[in-house]
Amino acid sequence: MDFVTAVQTLDSMMRLSTPLIFACLAGLFSERAGIFDIGLEGKMLASAFFSAAVAALTDSVLLGLIAGLTASMALALVHGVASITFRGNQLISGVAINFFASGMTALIGQNLFKIGGRTPSLGDKGRFLPIDLPFSETLANIPLVGPLYSELISGHTVLVYFSIPTVILSWWILFHTRFGLRLRAVGENPEAVDTAGLSVSAHRYQAVLICGLLCGLAGAYLSTGMAAGFIRDMTAGKGFIALAALIFAKWRPGFALIACLLFGLLEAVAIRFQNIEIAMVGTIPLQLMQALPYILTVIILAGFIGKAIPPKAGGIPYFKER
Amino acid sequence: MQDDNIPPAIELRGICKSFGSVRANQNISMSVESGTIHGIVGENGAGKSTLMSILYGFYRADRGDIFINGQMAQIRDSRAAIDAGIGMVHQHFMLVDDFTVLENVVLGAEDGLLLKRSLLKARTLLTRLADEYEMSVDPDAKINDLSVGQQQRVEILKALYRQAEILILDEPTGVLTPSEARHLFRILKGLRDEAKTIILITHKLKEIMEVTDTVSVMRQGQMTATVKTADTNPDELAQLMVGRKVLLRVKDKAPVKAGQVVLEAKNLSMTDGRRLKNVSFSVRQGEILGVAGVAGNGQTELLEVIGGMSEGSGTIRLNGREIELSGGHANARQRRKQGIAHVPEDRRRRALVMDFCAWENMVLGYHGDDLYNFNALFMNNSAIRSDSQKRMKAFDVRPLLPESTGRNFSGGNQQKIVLAREFSRSPKLLIVGQPTRGVDIGAIEFIHQHIIDLRNAGAAILLVSVELEEILSLSDRVIIMFDGQIIGERVTSDTDENELGLLMAGIEGRRE
Repeated sequence: MDFVTAVQTLDSMMRLSTPLIFACLAGLFSERAGIFDIGLEGKMLASAFFSAAVAALTDSVLLGLIAGLTASMALALVHGVASITFRGNQLISGVAINFFASGMTALIGQNLFKIGGRTPSLGDKGRFLPIDLPFSETLANIPLVGPLYSELISGHTVLVYFSIPTVILSWWILFHTRFGLRLRAVGENPEAVDTAGLSVSAHRYQAVLICGLLCGLAGAYLSTGMAAGFIRDMTAGKGFIALAALIFAKWRPGFALIACLLFGLLEAVAIRFQNIEIAMVGTIPLQLMQALPYILTVIILAGFIGKAIPPKAGGIPYFKER
Repeated sequence: MQDDNIPPAIELRGICKSFGSVRANQNISMSVESGTIHGIVGENGAGKSTLMSILYGFYRADRGDIFINGQMAQIRDSRAAIDAGIGMVHQHFMLVDDFTVLENVVLGAEDGLLLKRSLLKARTLLTRLADEYEMSVDPDAKINDLSVGQQQRVEILKALYRQAEILILDEPTGVLTPSEARHLFRILKGLRDEAKTIILITHKLKEIMEVTDTVSVMRQGQMTATVKTADTNPDELAQLMVGRKVLLRVKDKAPVKAGQVVLEAKNLSMTDGRRLKNVSFSVRQGEILGVAGVAGNGQTELLEVIGGMSEGSGTIRLNGREIELSGGHANARQRRKQGIAHVPEDRRRRALVMDFCAWENMVLGYHGDDLYNFNALFMNNSAIRSDSQKRMKAFDVRPLLPESTGRNFSGGNQQKIVLAREFSRSPKLLIVGQPTRGVDIGAIEFIHQHIIDLRNAGAAILLVSVELEEILSLSDRVIIMFDGQIIGERVTSDTDENELGLLMAGIEGRRE
């Protein structure tokens, strides 16, 4: 593998990791506050569809983004009402949201555009375009630094550039602000928050809405940043991979970034190297390469990688009157 | 100490609170003078906790008024209680285990949006408070790493940080060693001298006598008396709590006629080797061996290994025959067959199925007995019912309704169901954990008498309890556990609470 190929692989790793990073942070906020959310997938899908649909209809990527965020946050609110106000089972609510999003996007998509649940391909105004950083053309010819700058760093959409600052911001909010302290406390011991005179529900709703917002970014990126339009079930399990990354990262923003980059890299390798020859073993089939991120997900979710201790009050509805 | 011009710190007038048909608080009026320690005693279910929850804003009273320092207060939630200057130290600490002491102290009382400033401010104040009341605790330690006594101090510091003038403590000494409890009382007296008002809820009459200025007694949702502590005594208080005369001491405890060794344990460890380490002891026929220690020092694991619920290593002999500690035959059912009866510490989780009827609970673990089965397939339910009824009657379970489910019985009667099941099959060895936890005083007397009767009938008994008084009044010999090991052994008549208290804190005795 030559240098340029390596840089190009890393470049696609960045693009492929971005939705995972947003979704993983979404799960982080929600689960740190004690609300388990396996509906990341559904929220991403809803956001991907509405971003693309509205962008296709209005030819404005910004209106599309707003529509996507709204859809995702609306679903987050549904999850919040079910699991905070009505103290329902959070897994069931999450599963319901996933099914609902999958069916609803296809239904509305078919009704609106009549091309098999897809949206039409988006024009340049309807999607986020890659941004070429200054001097990327001129610097491209400088050895080593040139390709790194022009291939890896330059030429991404604005959402990709947003992803890493969002990780840092999330870390700062969680560990250096009053809001973060209370949010983490709600996920560890809601009674302590309640007896301190704070509202458990209010903090959990805030966390769930942040989760919706971040899932919305992830979904919008899929259909209007990475691709140019929506296709049915285009999230393809990314919500669950993000969830696995979250567990892998033990609910910490920094590790979450690393975990998402790892999953992104696996995907990038699978796409770029369709046939890998390994001495003595022979050719590794393409299908196995494509399955790698999912295999890793299963291994992580089954708890093979160390002991991951979730927030103590996670998944448990809070009853004030005992 | 009080002046007629100073309004009481707290005054309750006609507080009523019902949960469905249960009247938890009926027309309660109470007044607590400022700058005093006021005790509230009562049995489980007497309504103490409900009353304090109303005062701290967890529940809203159906009727009645609360006055704080002479001003009527509307306490809608905990926030309002904190604003009114009330702080509460709950029985189960309201701390976030994963946070540091500082983070716990500032939670909910932060200074601005960013943490840094709040933490800095808390650190200075904490150092000052720690000096003032000898409550030193490392501000950067995680709650997980602190002892229970230190965690309690964090709770008190939390209340003081919020400038509480009135401090409510709910059963504060349940988890403390005697020396930690004495330290706590010193802190409380120090706070009182700073003109703070303290309400102490407890069921331990000795503590009431030791530390309070006045005491209120609750019974069945009503406030039955408020007296000056100096003018009363434990017997009178017990009588006010129960409504009849109660024996606080065990009667008819004939001296031990030590028979042959029934249980012999050598180098007993739990398989993970961490919470129970190389424990050796023996129990004889007609003897009660008490196991003293602060909760969490290996007693639970000891019961589990002997009871067959966890695997262990080392050896146990029952009447000279070795018992398997691991493998296919190391289970609770085999132990029962061998003649070991087990009254577990955690009644609700390990002794009873709360949603089963009393008659079903009465045969758990013995459901394979011939009496209860027609054949290998079908159980003889009518035989179980009539047999259970008989046993429940013998142990005075009230109400005597075999069809009623476990959770419908009071704590004391649930325990009587367990005892009726375990005691009436003449076990060779009885292992019993916390026999009177969450049991009212009237039933304690009954349970203690039955344990003594079983001993007098020739059973060997291993009694684990965190109540030192219980150990002292029931057992013939005592072993003291600390950090998974036996740190000392005493004959009960040759020791006292002080010596045992030191041993429980891990300080080895003078006669080792």
